[in-house]
Amino acid sequence: MRIGVVTFPGSLDDRDAQRAVRTAGATPVALWHGAHDLEGVDAIILPGGFSYGDYLRAGAIASHSPIMAEIIDAAGKGVPVLGICNGFQTLAEARLVPGAHTRNAHQQFIRRDQKLRVENANTAWTNAFDTNDEIIIPMKNADGRFVADAETLKRIEGEGQVVFRYVDVNPNGSLNDIAGVSNERGNVVGLMPHPEHATEPGFGPDTVDAMSSGTDGLRFFESVIATLVR
Amino acid sequence: MPTIVVEVMPKAELLDPQGKAVAGALTRLGKTEFSDVRIGKRFEVTVDRPVDDALLAEVRELAVDMFSNSVIEDVVSVTVAPSAGEA
Repeated sequence: MRIGVVTFPGSLDDRDAQRAVRTAGATPVALWHGAHDLEGVDAIILPGGFSYGDYLRAGAIASHSPIMAEIIDAAGKGVPVLGICNGFQTLAEARLVPGAHTRNAHQQFIRRDQKLRVENANTAWTNAFDTNDEIIIPMKNADGRFVADAETLKRIEGEGQVVFRYVDVNPNGSLNDIAGVSNERGNVVGLMPHPEHATEPGFGPDTVDAMSSGTDGLRFFESVIATLVR
Repeated sequence: MPTIVVEVMPKAELLDPQGKAVAGALTRLGKTEFSDVRIGKRFEVTVDRPVDDALLAEVRELAVDMFSNSVIEDVVSVTVAPSAGEA
């Protein structure tokens, strides 16, 4: 099973995402933003970082990259796509998922181990969870405030396209505490927190059990492997 | 060379944290007559040929597809800037 991770100019967490893919038992494939080639991968990850320095809007310039034409096409055919942080912003800019992102309401960069609730465990990237599972995933961003117009919010809430919600604290002013959303079909998922940073004991978020012990992120990658095996 | 100017503003109903921060600074300076500030973007696109309707239409399309995101922003205007000497 081969899972592609796209590197854009300014991507930061592409290597971490590749490592998470390997940890989960699949083969990571490095993809390049400037190529019109998905190298036959079975699923695609757009990693976190600051592509093009967040110029124009976070993810905006990356969403016009050559490889995005192939990714939009693949997503339409049902290929699983996960956008993490800057990758989520890029998916939203490419209109592969609803909504958009603005500066955090408090204007500050935040980094915290964030509790999330899984609202939809039927997507390509969340089927290893149960609905209403509470998980801890690190987050770190400046432009993480999810917004959408009232009509879109109502629609995605009704259709189960809200996949993750912030619990206890809304760290950035996102509407309806939304941390992650999917497309209608559920093969494309984007979220602000970083599951790839919660895949190995000793290097994950703090949990009630022990420091740095959180591995809830691993299940994102196990989910997509299960999706592809099916 | 002609310049086409595109102006983009955050949607009125959206929180504009940047503008809010500036408005807060004005209040702290005692400038209480200013009740709100909103911050947008201005793009100056230089072209190496005379501007015609087709080119303006292309920039209008770019303004919507790339310079702005219609979920959070509105394109306020697309205009041709007067060239030097003309202004």
